[in-house]
Parts: sequence; C-alpha cells; structure tokens
Amino acid sequence: MTATGALAALGRAAIGALRAVGRVALFAGRVTARLWMPPFHGSEFARQIVAIGWLSLPVVALTALFTGGALALQIYAGGARFSAEAVVPSIVAIGMVRELGPVLGGLMVAARVASSIAAEIGTMKVTEQIDALVTLSADPLRYLALPRVLAATLTVPVLVAVGDAIGIMGGWIVGVERLGFDARGYLRVTTEFLEAGDVVSGLVKGAVFGFIVAVAGTYAGMRSGRGAQGVGQATKAAVVGASVMILAANYVLTEAFFSA
Amino acid sequence: MIALEGLCKSFGGAPVLRGVDLVAERGENLVVIGASGSGKSVLLKCILGLITPDAGMVRWKGAALGPDNRADFLARFGMLFQGAALFDSMPVWRNVAFRLLNARPALPVTEARARALDCLARVGLSERVADLYPAELSGGMQKRVGLARAIAAGPEVLFFDEPTTGLDPVMAGVIDRLIADIVRDLGVCAITITHDMASVRRIADRVALLHEGRIRWRGDVAALGSDPDPVLRQFVAGSPEGPIAPTG
Ligand SMILES: Nc1ncnc2c1ncn2[C@@H]1O[C@H](COP(=O)(O)OP(=O)(O)O)[C@@H](O)[C@H]1O
Ligand SMILES: [Mg+2]
Repeated sequence: MTATGALAALGRAAIGALRAVGRVALFAGRVTARLWMPPFHGSEFARQIVAIGWLSLPVVALTALFTGGALALQIYAGGARFSAEAVVPSIVAIGMVRELGPVLGGLMVAARVASSIAAEIGTMKVTEQIDALVTLSADPLRYLALPRVLAATLTVPVLVAVGDAIGIMGGWIVGVERLGFDARGYLRVTTEFLEAGDVVSGLVKGAVFGFIVAVAGTYAGMRSGRGAQGVGQATKAAVVGASVMILAANYVLTEAFFSA
Repeated sequence: MIALEGLCKSFGGAPVLRGVDLVAERGENLVVIGASGSGKSVLLKCILGLITPDAGMVRWKGAALGPDNRADFLARFGMLFQGAALFDSMPVWRNVAFRLLNARPALPVTEARARALDCLARVGLSERVADLYPAELSGGMQKRVGLARAIAAGPEVLFFDEPTTGLDPVMAGVIDRLIADIVRDLGVCAITITHDMASVRRIADRVALLHEGRIRWRGDVAALGSDPDPVLRQFVAGSPEGPIAPTG
C-alpha cells in the first residue's frame, strides 16, 4: 500500500468512526426525548435498577478494593524516592475519587452491562420480539431503551461512590498492614484532604459513563444483524464502543473539571 | 379493508417486491403463498411500517397508512409471528395480557390476568400454563400462546406469518382449526402467509401467489387445483421442476 493509500484508508476509518458516533448520539437523543413523553414503564425500570445497579456491586467493589491497595503500594514506592511517603493517604484518595473509581467502575460496568444489554436486545431483535413490541403498540425505545439508560445513569454514580469508599479502604488496609501507617491518622488525612468537588466530579463522571454504557448496549442490540453471529457482533461492538467512549469522555470531563 | 397498491422494495439493489397489488377484506382469510425468500414476510412488514417500501402505498379503510394513522391501525391489530416471538423475560399470562397491561389507561392486573386466562382457554391452554415462562413451552404451545396474545385485545386485523412451519402435522391441524375459528368468530380481516398447502386448504378463503415480486395468481381456494398457471401448478404439486427457481 502506498503512503497516500494508507492515508486515504485512515481518513475513511476516521470518517466512519465519526459517522458511528453521530448515529449513536442521535439515538441517545431520541431515547432521552422520551423522558418527557408518557407512558413511563416503571416495572421495567425497577427491574433494570436491580440488573444494572445492584448486581454490579460485587464486581465494582472488588475492582475498587484491589485498585486502592495497589495504588497505595505504588504511591508509597514512588513517594519514597522523594522521602514523601506521607502523601499516600491523600494521593490514594484523590486518585480513586477523581479518576480510578469512575473510570474502572465504568469499564467494569461496560464489560458486564453493555454486553448483557446488547445480547438481550440483539436476541430479541433476531427472534422478532422487537417487531412484536411494535405490533403490540409498544415503542421499543420507550419500553426497552429508556428504562435501561435511566437506570444506568442513576445507579452508576452510586456504584462509583461505593467503589470510592471501598478503594480508599483498600489503600487504608495496605497502608496500615503493610506500610506502617497509623490507622486513625490515615483516615484523618484522607477526610481532611478530600474536597467536595473531587467527589462530585467523580459522581458526574459515573453518571455520564452509565449513560454511555446503556446507550451503547441498546444501540448495538437494536442494530444487531441476523442470527447468533449478528448477536455476537453486536455484543462485541457494545463493549468496545462503550469502553472507548468512556475513556474519551473521561478525558473531556477531566479537562472540564480540573484544567487551569 | 387493507389494500396494497404497487408496493416495491429492494434490499441493496436486489428487488424483492416489484409492484404488489392486493386487497384483503373484512371477515375473510387471505392466504399469501410463495416460495421461501419470495418476500412474503417483507410484504407484511411493509404493511406494519417495520420496513419502509421504496414505492407504492398501503391503504387501510380507504386512507393511506402512514405515520398519522399507524398507531390507530396497530391498536386494532394482532400478529402471530413465525417463531411466536414471545417475550421470554415474562410469564405466559403477561405475554398474553401485554397490550392490556401497557395500554393507557392500563387494565388492572387482576382483570388483565382474567382476560389472559380467557384467551389462553380459547386456544386450549389451561391456567397451569399461564405462570410458566415461554422457554418452558413446546413449539406448538408457544404458537398457541402467540395466538392468544394476538387476539387478547379484540383486534380487527390479524396477520399470521407461517403459523404451521416447524410443527408436527397434528399440531399444525390444531393451529389451523384455531385460526379458522378465530377469523370466523371475530369477523376480522386476516392475512396469512404460508407455504404449507394442506394448511392453505384448511384456512383460506382466497389465495394469492407471490412470485418474482408480484402477485402471479389470485383466486378462491376452490380454484387452486384446477388452474392451468404453470407457476401455481408447480407450487401446489411441490415439484422441483418448473418456472420456480429454488433460491433459498
Ligand atoms: N431487513 C432485510 N435486509 C436485507 N434483506 C432482507 C431483509 N428482510 C428480508 N430480506 C431479503 O428479502 C428476501 C425475502 O425475505 P422474506 O420476506 O423473509 O422471505 P419469505 O417469503 O420466506 O418470508 C430474502 O432474500 C431476504 O434475504
Ligand atoms: Mg418469512
């Protein structure tokens, strides 16, 4: 392939990706618009709160626990080079609450929830259940997409908050057990150092990531191709798409909250 | 009651429907026959608005069926899907009562359940089945639940997409009898798609043969056996040789 050929291919890929993002954004807009138009399917929403929020707790909690612990070890090792081991509690707290809590939580939810939403809705598409909804006068966006998007947007911040707390606890356990910190002193530094803005920014990120996960899952599921292979492709597209969009959105939000 | 005028649809340049004209009246079951892949399901989905036709129109009670009146149409509509298409996240009775439970205003749950049980009884299923999930049912039972769901809200129009495909002959006979009874008792306008000729003879009032994207032949069931049209003769006889080229 010549250099221009490679450039052209790159350009086509970039345009294709932009198109896809545009279509997803349009889809997200159409789903969100239904918030203001009744009816609202409450029982489906309740089911999704459990499926997306409650059942994701163990995964998010374990991820946060181990990440907090590892973070404490790394910061201690790095801090030791400047004789600044004492920064461990504050940097663990800020790292968890601002970045790792929301991002890792979001990615774990993407793996767990975007995939299962895409597989469930994709299977419904392939077996004509989506068509059946339409023939029964139910709007698939309202009945399937809205409850999932709303449930994810509301529950992922809660998951992030729980993950923040457990991650800080992971750092605290390692700090006290392995690094010789005083148990009370560690917690005092953490609470004194953290500001409301740190926590709130992380929760806002969580809401955005939850929205992304559910939109990616439902969008991919509803566009699923035919047969088992179509559902497999949709599931993969949902997880990859959600993960990349989460990381991109995280950068944008971090710029917005913390630059300058 | 439903009239198709010059319906055309292509997928990626390959024409499937090339100008279909067809009329279905109240109180009769119009059966559309045609080879696999001839576009029978696409035809139904064009009427439902699930697929947008490239050209032509659908009339319902004389008015063009479009975004303005489609909700009205669907409110009076029921369909049995080829694979039953039951919602596997909910028990059988909620499937049957789906429209009643999600309507505005919704029927109270106890009333909706009672109506669902009535409809299930109508298709020969007992209350025991009502609380099972679709995955626990045999293919024939799923089709019967699909029938019950289609009639639960008293429709004026019913579509049946290959109602007997994949069933044993006895179960196919049971489903055909149910369909014939329902169409007669409810006085609905029904369109059935099938390639099962035994089924055609049991349920059809009129028959239309879809071939190469157009209605090749139409007439009463009684005329099926005697018509000289070579495409129809091949289809009725199920012969591998003739003008119908097996595509898929
Ligand atoms: N959504 C679609 N996208 C592309 N091709 C389709 C679609 N739906 C149907 N087709 C094609 O249209 C043709 C007719 O399909 P269909 O109506 O399902 O046949 P049948 O008469 O067996 O019901 C087939 O070749 C099928 O591949
Ligand atoms: Mg078909």
